Amino acid sequence: MNWISNYVRPRINSIFSRRETPDNLWTKCDECGTMLFHRELSDNLNVCSNCNHHMGITPRARFQALFDGGVFVEVDVPEPVADPLHFRDQKKYPDRMKSAQKNTGEKEAMLVATGEIGRTPIVAAAQDFSFMGGSMGMYVGNAIIAAAEEAVKLGRPLVLFSAAGGARMQEGILSLMQMPRTTVAIQMLREANLPYIVVLTHPTTGGVTASYAMLGDIQIAEPNALICFAGPRVIEQTIREKLPEGFQRAEYLLDHGMLDRVTDRREMRKELITVLRMLMDMPPPVWGDLPAPTDTPELPAPDAAGEK
Amino acid sequence: MHYLDFEKPLAEIEGKAEELRAMAKVNEEMDIEAEAKALDAKADGLLKDLYSKLTPWRKCQVARHPERPHCQDYIEALFTEYTPLAGDRNFADDLAVMGGLARFNDRPVVVIGHEKGKDTNSRLKHNFGMARPEGYRKAIRLMDMADRFRLPVVTLVDTPGAYPGKGAEERGQSEAIARCTEKCLQIGVPSVTVITGEGGSGGAVAFATANRVAMLEHSVYSVISPEGCASILWKDAEKMREAAEALRLTAQDLHKLAVIDRIIKEPMGGAHRDSESTIAAVGATIAAMLADLEDKKPADLIKQRRKKFLDMGSRGLAA
Ligand SMILES: [Zn+2]
Repeated sequence: MNWISNYVRPRINSIFSRRETPDNLWTKCDECGTMLFHRELSDNLNVCSNCNHHMGITPRARFQALFDGGVFVEVDVPEPVADPLHFRDQKKYPDRMKSAQKNTGEKEAMLVATGEIGRTPIVAAAQDFSFMGGSMGMYVGNAIIAAAEEAVKLGRPLVLFSAAGGARMQEGILSLMQMPRTTVAIQMLREANLPYIVVLTHPTTGGVTASYAMLGDIQIAEPNALICFAGPRVIEQTIREKLPEGFQRAEYLLDHGMLDRVTDRREMRKELITVLRMLMDMPPPVWGDLPAPTDTPELPAPDAAGEK
Repeated sequence: MHYLDFEKPLAEIEGKAEELRAMAKVNEEMDIEAEAKALDAKADGLLKDLYSKLTPWRKCQVARHPERPHCQDYIEALFTEYTPLAGDRNFADDLAVMGGLARFNDRPVVVIGHEKGKDTNSRLKHNFGMARPEGYRKAIRLMDMADRFRLPVVTLVDTPGAYPGKGAEERGQSEAIARCTEKCLQIGVPSVTVITGEGGSGGAVAFATANRVAMLEHSVYSVISPEGCASILWKDAEKMREAAEALRLTAQDLHKLAVIDRIIKEPMGGAHRDSESTIAAVGATIAAMLADLEDKKPADLIKQRRKKFLDMGSRGLAA
């Protein structure tokens, strides 16, 4: 195999995410209070440079940083019936959807894409906590099924970034039915002998944890992510005692044997490439800042995109 | 008899009739029969009236009625040679989940269900039907065995949900539920579920991912309890009536949504008024559902189950 075909360009992606945010804004780290310059923060994948707190990141920003050259192709997700239960609480469900769409600029709570990471072809799916708490309804179910089907069709591994408060209550029982539905999707991958890697991000709770987010061949979490079935408040109410420090956080789950690894977001891409290439029996990646391969004209060259 | 809050007027009439009859027993001179019969008729009418238009919230109350027949009652009445099998081979035996080998109409099967208990002691023992990871792992083990020895699996669902406890989380509640649902989808034997009371969230679906799913008329099946939903979406747990309405958790709505296959009629006034006929009706439905799946090849059973769940929800309430 040509050495250049598994060449990895680690730095180009920051260029793309930088475009999204205005240059002159500051964000306060909600953990340590440090004021962080927006551009600096997005270059650092929304990780606080002072305390390493991992803030939320949208699927789009994550994919731009994850895929080679920030280039990925979105996978179409079959559109489910809108508002299947005609649900209304204090607001109508369609109104909640509209405002979530307006606030995020996204259609729904999951983004599915194909592309390459370190020249390793993959399918990736990422849940959007900023869209109605990333909640799992028919669309998220359809997205995971579409992701699995695409992975099987292309013979690629699936990497899924989970982030959700749980089920989409406004879809009632149909949100619960996403537990078996997405489990079927994961079985398709298994039967095709394709790796399924779950990256659990803050927070991943409820029915999401009790289905596709716990069925990975490899389970990686971001530092300090809350990962649980029942939330800490519910448990404290039930057992009427205070929970220990760090309970249900990524490191706690790692200690209790529920995860393979806890990995810093800034190291995640490298780790995924390393692991996936072994699972797919591909040669090791070539790391470092090397010239762009000439055989992939659809990717912008590092020079064209500009270095820092 | 335990009366639910909306049954109070009924309790008064039935109480009066009972009182009259008790008095007549002591004082043989009294002729109360006509009066008592009139009260009976009034009670019957009221019962019919109440139960013909149960709101979703009232159905939740009926589904949780403490005198409703539970897993153990069904197993004792409908199965023979029930041989409980215990333990997850890892940590403990979870008494919230009953399960083992048994014969159903002479045919060997594996039966698994949630048991809530019927008095304070047994409720504590069975943890109110709220399983810990060990319960799901026991179920996985039993389903595996059923698959190996080609025994149909019958599950009886009646749980408020998985237990929200510290140890349960530490021992992987979510993973256990996920694997249990996965196992339900993998077995090449017929699987049938009856939701007999409460089908609470992930704790229920982990047992109810079956080829055929039936619900008792006044049972409920939901992603979250109405109280939980109300406290999140209405910021007020007292709005459970509204939440129960919005969630579409009744057997009737779930049948419309094609989430369940059959509704089993309950006796007038709910299953707790006549356990015997309720249990018989559940037995007849289990028999019918198993008959539907007889002679199907393992691969076809798995395929049917997968397709059933993949297709679910595609048409919403218009289904
Ligand atoms: Zn910080």
